[in-house]
Amino acid sequence: MKPRIEVVAIDCLMVRLFDAIAETNMPWMLAATQRLRSGFGAALVDLVPSYTTLMVHYDLGAVNPAQARALIERALADLQPQAQGGGQCHVLPVWYDLSVGPELTLLSQRSGLAIDEVIRRHSAHEYQVFALGFAPGFAFMGLVDEVLATPRLNTPRKRVAAGSVGIAERQTAAYPVVSPGGWNLIGRTPARLFDRGRDGYSLMQPGDTVRFEAVERAEFIKLGGDDTPLEALA
Amino acid sequence: MSRLLIEASTPLCLLQDAGRFGVRHLGVTQGGALDWVSMSWANWLLGNALDAPVVEITLGGFTVQAEDYCLLALAGADLGAYIDERAISPGRSFILQKGQRLRFTQPFSGARAYLAAPGGFDAPAVLGSCATVVREELGGVDGFGKALAEGGRLVYSGTGGAMKVLSAPDLQPGKPLDVIVGAQIGQFSGQSLFDAFNTAWALDSRADRMGMRLLGAPLQYQGPSLISEGIPLGAIQVPPDGQPIVLLNDRQTIGGYPRLGALTPLSLARLAQRLPGETVRLAPVVQQTAHQQHIDFMKRFTTT
Repeated sequence: MKPRIEVVAIDCLMVRLFDAIAETNMPWMLAATQRLRSGFGAALVDLVPSYTTLMVHYDLGAVNPAQARALIERALADLQPQAQGGGQCHVLPVWYDLSVGPELTLLSQRSGLAIDEVIRRHSAHEYQVFALGFAPGFAFMGLVDEVLATPRLNTPRKRVAAGSVGIAERQTAAYPVVSPGGWNLIGRTPARLFDRGRDGYSLMQPGDTVRFEAVERAEFIKLGGDDTPLEALA
Repeated sequence: MSRLLIEASTPLCLLQDAGRFGVRHLGVTQGGALDWVSMSWANWLLGNALDAPVVEITLGGFTVQAEDYCLLALAGADLGAYIDERAISPGRSFILQKGQRLRFTQPFSGARAYLAAPGGFDAPAVLGSCATVVREELGGVDGFGKALAEGGRLVYSGTGGAMKVLSAPDLQPGKPLDVIVGAQIGQFSGQSLFDAFNTAWALDSRADRMGMRLLGAPLQYQGPSLISEGIPLGAIQVPPDGQPIVLLNDRQTIGGYPRLGALTPLSLARLAQRLPGETVRLAPVVQQTAHQQHIDFMKRFTTT
């Protein structure tokens, strides 16, 4: 493991660890995150993980670019993958239903699987949180079963309900708040994904794992879910 | 406590500070004053911390009436500001007597003015900052990301008195924007690299706090498609149509378009004062050189 360090801005360096998205990247990414956080200490402004990279944003008043590069090299020397168990495991209840997940039909047609089987496959896997982005608390998770992989909608929706669970290619995610969105929607979770009053703010953090659990409408409502059909939001 | 009643505002008049940090890995954007130099200057004039909460007024259309005796400072663009009927130029502190109005009419020079008050305007810190990000419903006077609106109030509790004098930071508005070239620079065609740094770029009207689009010769990226990664402030991303977009304070935190590089903070402050239709030029700069220039520039705010 010899990460590449690239210049991206006056106070940012990109640490490139991998060239492809894989679940096996995660133990390395977690280990590198920990090492960089402790290596930079207070000189670290932000550390932005994505699928294969960590962007190090450092305090340019505290360290210069050469020092930052040296800090990264020192922090990542002899990097070893972190044993699993670093992140939390979340179980997200999902009401899979056509009224809140209209693309269940599309996924069923594309895969040749019955809708129940689409749901079973989506909820069977324990997903990894690769990165957060697009909106606060929006977690990019994967990898979704290859037969369910579906490209984004040609025309994104103007309004996607909060809690909507979707698939794009081999990724899955849930929308924390109402927003525009182009993912294929298959259900809705009542879980509060981003809460400014919560310690850590976001329910899911990079490196966590997530399992979706199918629940009935009654349970979804009991957990605080909003069953307003998607078309009523448009 | 001193109060100002907002009598007129627009969606482009926002409470800002330096932005939100330490939360980018949660998908939370940075936010903060686009022209951070003018924000710092307005605060400096009152002896504030450079990042104390200020009002960012873009293009004008903002009026406040003092409900108490108020000490304020103004920096950045000349947006045709008046105290009652008397014109006031930016780059100074001033007093509003109870009942007097401060209004911003229209842009004469620059795009964004910054209004500061002793100790900064009162606002709750949300995720460590009061920077208003409407899209994320974070920051602002109410804490929920609302733009300043007619009928609302600006309040400050500081006393001031530590006023300082500082000559106008010279942002050299005509100078090219410095770009720290990024790792993907070699993946653009030779012609594109020539065009990027030797032709004029017009600022598109499609511009907001997330990004500003540059119009000119389309740039051609020849490398492989990219996996989304962190986006720094000032990144110049090139979507498939070849028209670059400078990503600003309210940008998304990760993205997958190739990048020419990233503007320096000083260049970002200059760009924040440019209007759609104007042209800019880009110039490559080495990271270490830009860093030293930045450190030197900041000395003006530390010497008394």
